Amino acid sequence: MNPLVLALRQLRREWRSGELAVLIAALVIAVGALSSVGFATDRVRQSVERRAAESLAADIVIRSRNAISESFAQTARELGLETARTLEFPSVITTPERGQLAEIRAVTGGYPLRGRLKISERAYGVASETDTLPGPGEVWAEPRLVGALGIDTGDEIQVGAKTFTLTRVISYAPDQGFSFVEIAPMLVMRMDDLEGAQLLGPASRVSHRLLVAGGRGAVDAYRETVEPLLESGQRLQDIEDARPELARAVERADRFLNLAALVAVLLAGIAIAMAARRYATRETDTVAILKCLGASRRGVLWGYVAQLLLIALAAGLAGIVLGYGAQALLLFLVKDIIGEALPAASLAPAPWSLALGVIILAGFGLPPILGLVRTAPIRVLRRDMGGVPVAGWLVYSIALAAIAAILIIETGDLELSLYVLGSGAGGALLLGLGAAALVFGLNRFRRGVGVAWRFGVASIVRRGRDSIVQVMAFGLGMLVLLLLAVVRTDLLESWQAMLPEDAPNQFMVNIQPDQREGVRDFFRERNVEPPKMQAMVRSRLVAINGKPVTEIDFSGPERSERFAEREQNLSWAGELSDSNTVVEGEWWTPEEYGDALISLEEEAATRLGVGLGDELGYDIAGERITVTIDSIRQVDWDSFEPNFFMVVPPGLLEGYPATFLTSVYLPRERAPLLLELVRQYPSVTVVDLDAIMAQVKSVMDQAALAVEYIFLFTLAAGVLVLLAAVQSTREERRFESAMLRTLGAARRTVLAGVVAEFTLLGLLAATLAVVAAAISGWLLATRIFELDYQTSPGVWLIGLLAGTLFVGATGVLATRRVVRQPPLLTLRQR
Amino acid sequence: MTNSGKDALLIVDDLGKAVNSPEGRLTILSGVSFTVSAGDTIAVVGASGSGKSTLLGLLAGLDEPTEGSVVIAGSNLNDLDEDGRAALRAERVGFVFQSFHLLPALTALENVMLPLELAGDRNARRRALEVLAEVGLAERVDHYPNQLSGGEQQRVAIARAFATEPKILFADEPTGSLDTRTGDRIIELLFDLNARRDTTLVLVTHDEHLAARCDRILTLDAGRLQAAA
Repeated sequence: MNPLVLALRQLRREWRSGELAVLIAALVIAVGALSSVGFATDRVRQSVERRAAESLAADIVIRSRNAISESFAQTARELGLETARTLEFPSVITTPERGQLAEIRAVTGGYPLRGRLKISERAYGVASETDTLPGPGEVWAEPRLVGALGIDTGDEIQVGAKTFTLTRVISYAPDQGFSFVEIAPMLVMRMDDLEGAQLLGPASRVSHRLLVAGGRGAVDAYRETVEPLLESGQRLQDIEDARPELARAVERADRFLNLAALVAVLLAGIAIAMAARRYATRETDTVAILKCLGASRRGVLWGYVAQLLLIALAAGLAGIVLGYGAQALLLFLVKDIIGEALPAASLAPAPWSLALGVIILAGFGLPPILGLVRTAPIRVLRRDMGGVPVAGWLVYSIALAAIAAILIIETGDLELSLYVLGSGAGGALLLGLGAAALVFGLNRFRRGVGVAWRFGVASIVRRGRDSIVQVMAFGLGMLVLLLLAVVRTDLLESWQAMLPEDAPNQFMVNIQPDQREGVRDFFRERNVEPPKMQAMVRSRLVAINGKPVTEIDFSGPERSERFAEREQNLSWAGELSDSNTVVEGEWWTPEEYGDALISLEEEAATRLGVGLGDELGYDIAGERITVTIDSIRQVDWDSFEPNFFMVVPPGLLEGYPATFLTSVYLPRERAPLLLELVRQYPSVTVVDLDAIMAQVKSVMDQAALAVEYIFLFTLAAGVLVLLAAVQSTREERRFESAMLRTLGAARRTVLAGVVAEFTLLGLLAATLAVVAAAISGWLLATRIFELDYQTSPGVWLIGLLAGTLFVGATGVLATRRVVRQPPLLTLRQR
Repeated sequence: MTNSGKDALLIVDDLGKAVNSPEGRLTILSGVSFTVSAGDTIAVVGASGSGKSTLLGLLAGLDEPTEGSVVIAGSNLNDLDEDGRAALRAERVGFVFQSFHLLPALTALENVMLPLELAGDRNARRRALEVLAEVGLAERVDHYPNQLSGGEQQRVAIARAFATEPKILFADEPTGSLDTRTGDRIIELLFDLNARRDTTLVLVTHDEHLAARCDRILTLDAGRLQAAA
């Protein structure tokens, strides 16, 4: 017989009986948890990539100082990709009255391939997106150029040998870059207008770009084709290169949320394993009969594998629908972090989710089925000959392999996966031991309680293994919620409690040298301790030990490049402030003031790979100075005092342009006096640290909310573990309840026993969760954050109570029907 | 013990079964030999625990003997693996059980079609409907087992057993779960179909009334065959 047909017939029947409901629901939850994360991060990733692509105005850009061969464009077109070219060079634009250096950008049709230009009819007018480009003889210009030349649309300007009409003002170009000062304002014209203008001499500083965009597969193929063909001086840029830090943050969030979802998968897996075990037990007779009627072992196996596959596909699809709906809510919760409209979710994660459904079901549901098909046909005659259970190690290995496979697929990181598996197994072992101790510890209380409670205790202890699994499942679910909800707040509060009462909370930057005294007086007059001023001199690191930084490879630790490539603030100080400790070398003496020395913060030194005695060359306002590293400092950033990575002795930089910064502590009610300060000194920028802290906290709260939301799946999976356990004991419970009632117990007494059982089970799980969360919190606080941990016992009590009630109610609801059945009916059915 | 050896359908030779138990090795069946000719009806009787079910299991190849052999229609079961024995059953053997053993997930029709489909019969549906009509259930073919009475379930089981026109039919206490009147009607049906199809019937029972209707009675006592009645 066609195994698929039999599978379908059996499924139809099982579906009607509701026996597979728990298994299917668990699979839906598992796939739903994973796919909600998949859909949500896919949307955010798409948005980030789109922004990255916009900053290139293409998917791939080839840049060169020389003309780019037409063959590169030809290759792109052959792959069905769009192309455009741009040519940029500086040139002076003139009107009869004035002249202004501009960055001329000559473009071909199609530019920009990604993102759109925003233009307005007049300077500073209302801007709108456009797909058009300047017509022949026309140019568009940035407002800065329009302003500098004192012209407006409709006016004529001279570019090289040719006269153009300004027709539009560009308010936004996707690839305009981020610097507002250094690059000359942009003027856009048609590529074919360039010839008449006779602008390009052989020595012109020209930058050529070939823009390429299209489908992802074709773009990848194009990159692989042209990358080996690039000549020296030609550079290929793609979205990867253009990715901002945000993309990395998305990757990290994706991994973390996936790990959170994985807890739900694990619990759902346990529910699936329990439900599959029961299913296999129920199917033992069927297999014996099938074999007796002549079915081969392989035929039986395929029949059940086909059933599992059908279930996996159906539940997987339902899980994807659930996940699709869930991601919308997830992203709504974190909308302030993401802060923009996202593209619609693509269906790209769907096939993966479906595959994950199959892996989960195979990992947890297949082992009992493997045992089932080994059922001896003799069972048709002798009921005592049962199925042949699969060895425990095989069951656990298959489940572990499934979890490992999902981990590796979801995180794409073998090392992380192994780490998570290892620590997860360790954690599970500890939780299991704790649960076992609690479950068997219950036995002690058997004597001192009434009949209902004794019956409840007996039920838990007798079904020891199942009880432990349930206590673990709920304990884990509650633990993660407690860690996020309670421990996070506790840690934050403990940290805030550690900060000095009068830690500065208002920073003022951009104070000009001649405003220093005025600002100090301002505070003195208002009875605020006049703050210390600290100098900031903008500089750029250009060389280490005489070697230009451009020739040094900083790839590796993420922030190294930032230290090396960004502008940095140098400051000077004579005295070492309280929040600094010299860990290497010596702080300078007054005799050394004015010497070319520098003190580096520990981390900065590590990132740059430098130590005592190394020489750093800085460019300050076009002048080059070289300083020798004289000491390395450790900085207590928690002090909230202004601190600098790089500090030099007084007397070295005083001649360079500097601004000053300072900080004060102002109680909340006195904060309004800063408005007066700003009114008096409009150039000074006030940074309200309290406001930033509040913002940071709100971001943390939202992020935690997102993770908690994913953990709701965990709780749902925990409920399914309980339902699976109740289901597997249904006949037993029905019989017990019937026997008790036959022996004269009132229905209320039987129900009280059930209430006692699940309330106790909930109490055990909640105790496990609260104790584990408290220990984790304490470990995190003392070992990692070095805080004095303070916790509020009230919260733990609430956790204990809520957990107990939740499990108690769920269990009673699930068992109620069994207890209600009239005893005679039950005894007859048996 | 041989009787008409020329068309022996079932040859049992020195069959024995022993298992390991907590009390040591336990012999359930020992030195059982007999031959059954095509078309014969045989009753195996004996007290509870005398080894009847074990013998039936060995005869049908549901279990493996620890000594001796069973040959069905020329095939020695010892030469076949589990799947080989299953294939032999699909082709030549029918079963009727005390507790019916219908698959609860399948309708009466689907239950009867099952062995036909396992044997690769392309006309499974038509044949199944014919046999169900023959046992008087033409009206109830789409009912599930739990929607049928015990007698009806056993009729379905008998239809399933005869559907493949097996050479040999094993019945294990076929009336054990039924009241006397229903049981009698089931017996009539069983013997009637058996006679019409010329099937060999091996019946395990402790119902002497039923045993008496068979051509031959084999009595088991503590795992050994007593003299033929």
